[in-house]
Amino acid sequence: MSDVSRVDPAVSSRSPSWLVRFFDGDVWASFKRSKLTMVAATLTLMFFLGALLAGFLSPQDPFDPAQLELMNSRLPPLWNAEGQSPFLLGTDEQGRDILSAILYGLRISLLVGFLGVAFSATLGITLGLLAGYLGGITDTIIMRIADVQLTFPAILIALLIDGVVKAVLGGNLDAGTTLSVLVVSIGLSFWVQYARTVRGSVMVEKSKDYIAAARLIGLPPTAIMIKHILPNVTGPVLVIATINLALAVITEATLSFLGTGMPETMPSLGTLIRIGNNYLFSGEWWIVAFPGIALAALVLAINLLGDWLRDALNPKLR
Amino acid sequence: MAEPVLSVRDLRVEFVTRRGALKAIDGVSFDIARGEVLGVVGESGAGKSVTGSAVTGLIDPPGRITGGEILLSGYRIDNLPPEQMRKVRGKRIGMIFQDPLTSLNPLYRVGDQLTETIRTHTNLSASGARKRAIDLLAEVGIPAPDRRIDSYPHEFSGGMRQRVVIALALCAEPELIIADEPTTALDVSVQAQIIALLKRLGRDHGTAIMLVTHDMGVIAETADRVAVMYAGRIAEIGPVRQVVQNPLHPYAKGLMGAIPSLKGDTHRLTQIPGSMPRLSAIPPGCAFNPRCPFVFDRCRVERPEPIARDLHPVACHLYDEAPARTESVA
Amino acid sequence: MLAFIVRRAFQALGVLLTVGLIAFSMFRFAGDPVNQIVSIDTPAAEREEVRRSLGLDDPVPIQFARYLARGAKGDFGVSYQFRQPVSDLLAERMPATLELAFCATVFAIVFGILMGVFSGLNRESFMAKVFQTISLIGISLPTFLIGILLIYLFAVTLGWLPSYGRGDTIRIGWWSTGFLTKSGLTALILPSITLGLFQMTLIMRIVRAEMLEVLRTDYIKFARARGLTTRAINFGHALKNTLVPVITIVGLQLGSVIAFSIITETVFQWPGMGLLFVQAVQNVDIPIMAAYLMLVALIFVVINLAVDILYTVVDPRLRSSIRQPA
Repeated sequence: MSDVSRVDPAVSSRSPSWLVRFFDGDVWASFKRSKLTMVAATLTLMFFLGALLAGFLSPQDPFDPAQLELMNSRLPPLWNAEGQSPFLLGTDEQGRDILSAILYGLRISLLVGFLGVAFSATLGITLGLLAGYLGGITDTIIMRIADVQLTFPAILIALLIDGVVKAVLGGNLDAGTTLSVLVVSIGLSFWVQYARTVRGSVMVEKSKDYIAAARLIGLPPTAIMIKHILPNVTGPVLVIATINLALAVITEATLSFLGTGMPETMPSLGTLIRIGNNYLFSGEWWIVAFPGIALAALVLAINLLGDWLRDALNPKLR
Repeated sequence: MAEPVLSVRDLRVEFVTRRGALKAIDGVSFDIARGEVLGVVGESGAGKSVTGSAVTGLIDPPGRITGGEILLSGYRIDNLPPEQMRKVRGKRIGMIFQDPLTSLNPLYRVGDQLTETIRTHTNLSASGARKRAIDLLAEVGIPAPDRRIDSYPHEFSGGMRQRVVIALALCAEPELIIADEPTTALDVSVQAQIIALLKRLGRDHGTAIMLVTHDMGVIAETADRVAVMYAGRIAEIGPVRQVVQNPLHPYAKGLMGAIPSLKGDTHRLTQIPGSMPRLSAIPPGCAFNPRCPFVFDRCRVERPEPIARDLHPVACHLYDEAPARTESVA
Repeated sequence: MLAFIVRRAFQALGVLLTVGLIAFSMFRFAGDPVNQIVSIDTPAAEREEVRRSLGLDDPVPIQFARYLARGAKGDFGVSYQFRQPVSDLLAERMPATLELAFCATVFAIVFGILMGVFSGLNRESFMAKVFQTISLIGISLPTFLIGILLIYLFAVTLGWLPSYGRGDTIRIGWWSTGFLTKSGLTALILPSITLGLFQMTLIMRIVRAEMLEVLRTDYIKFARARGLTTRAINFGHALKNTLVPVITIVGLQLGSVIAFSIITETVFQWPGMGLLFVQAVQNVDIPIMAAYLMLVALIFVVINLAVDILYTVVDPRLRSSIRQPA
């Protein structure tokens, strides 16, 4: 029996798929132990599915002006006496169904969040690898920029970049371009943490023997960095990315709330809250309340997942 | 005989943990008279420090006193309400800790820490307290005390800081001082000075001192009587000359064998094989029985009570037997 | 000690120069400064004339130096949208922002420390758990949602407090203050809570953690053994020792309070620099954006320097280690 497994070590080491290893591992075990984490995960999953399946779940397409009827404007939620089917959570000024708007807005918020995180992670990891591996003047310049940037809150930097890009591009931007601008602003605001973490790990790994060996056999630096150093930082980077997803969603929502983000023609959760905020005093509380609750729940759930992930990957901390 | 300053009767302390109560102190009794220095020795974990904490009412939770009584000059203090016990601490019982580096709050001048203690326990005015603080610093041998009183702890050396700690213990002229490993963290050259200071203060003020240490050398030099503790019990207690020169309990014999002598003995220092059991795994009978070279059946089942044989009490079945057996041991 | 502060001052200057370079690049390259002067239908030749007179033909380093020199005198150009000097606009709105930031910080420090000390001393109590929950919400929820929630509760539903603006203000010289009128003070309450909540939870968490740490130290045990009152131990000895990290956080966060006031000011339509900045971003008013950036950097750098000096006041060990470099 044991001879068989010895025949091909590559096969035997790969045979339990990563999926199996994951479910056997400590991380999954700690997940099953924490009820709060399971609730957070379920909630997050529901949000993701809601965003993905917005087209099927929504009674109307909130972006399609043809489907909006002014007659249906400002209807309260369904459980209210004046509520009307199919508007479960009521409608806004333009007769837009709040639930549909939330689902579609969730899609925009999560899209910007994920793209922003991907952008900042790529940028941060690359700069961190370069700074740590090359050292010297490259390191100094990158880390100095990081230091100065850390002085300012990310939201201020995102606002500035947003403003500057708009100044350069000029005029009114369409929704698609605005979305890209948001992704870039968020990406450029959050790269520092990745870069610092990766740089730290690179400094540690660089001095180890196996890197020296890899250099001796003539592996090019990029190969050493990607194949040997990068796998060492996946854990911390994953934790940062999860927590930053919540931050990116908040930042996007804030920018949109401030009126520099997604336009009303293609609203994200932040834009919906901005719109709803205008009706706070006239009694139409549902226009702001439900998008607000959705945003709060989404951010809280992702944060809880991030906290759990940090503890699960770092058993030493607890 | 005059009333002892401190009288501990059958003291029991337990630490309640998830896996049940651990007996840290299991029936300890001793007295300390006015002006007397009682040394308490034993390995770490033997219960020396917990005994000191129990007397001051400062056992860290989840520990608590579960039995026995503690009398200070004839009055029970182990069941005092917290606020009254606080007034006893610092006023009637002074305490000295092991590490002078960490015993003083780094952010306060030593003078402030002294006057704060003095004013907590006396009715002195601010200037009166300051004057007393300077006198105390002078008494514990700090040069130029009127200047040094305004220094911060980090501006003193280790030995000087321990002197400040001693001055803090003396603030309200306590009847009893509990010194918990007062020299362990100090340089060897400074240790002797601190010991001499403690001894002198005890003599001058008639203060009773409970000196907790694992250093037999310090005990031999300072103490009038010595209590040897093992696994939360007192193995042997008696005058320091007798216990050091003629220990009865096998554990005490091992301990005394471990003191290096300067008198040209060239034989190797003896060791006690094994280590003290953890509190969760104290064996039945005599706690020392797994390590004892003279162990016999009774030791494994019956716990020995202290018996006053010959000169001083010892908790060992060897001395409850016929004299013949004792001969074979000595 | 002096050498330490001088070194820190030089570092601060470095940060200011870097930020100045960014602000200058924005000012010079992201928008055309000529547009500040001329109108849309000015002929090209005249534009060139203006360009020369502004020195925009000079080498870029010279322009940068000129920008910094003018900035040092408070001249940041003219706002595109208001056609007024940026420095006037900022000066006019600065009191509103500073008073709000001050109240928010006081709120954050007072409640953060109280709640932190309480939950550090009574770790298992019900109230400590309530505080923990509040801190989780304070850290997770976006500021503007908290602001909206507070407005809905206290202004719309209960009608206790005003929902926007500064109320009545009184001018003292160029400074307009809301501290001297009843409506000015009530108007401060909700925005201050909104702005300070995040900092409060941060301070609370740190004080709690530090408190737990300090209560385990030997000098606290020794203070107990000296028979000091619980009050003297907790609030004299323990609290003072937790303050060093708190000062760091408060100091570092003060700069962010001013920057974060952008959001709070928008929610409450608070006529401060943050609202001005948001309007500038919406209208691509580059001179205001550049000047605001410089101003926040300056405030930040000054605060950092103050924190460094404050450390040495609280912790005597630092004082001597700085005096005698080991």
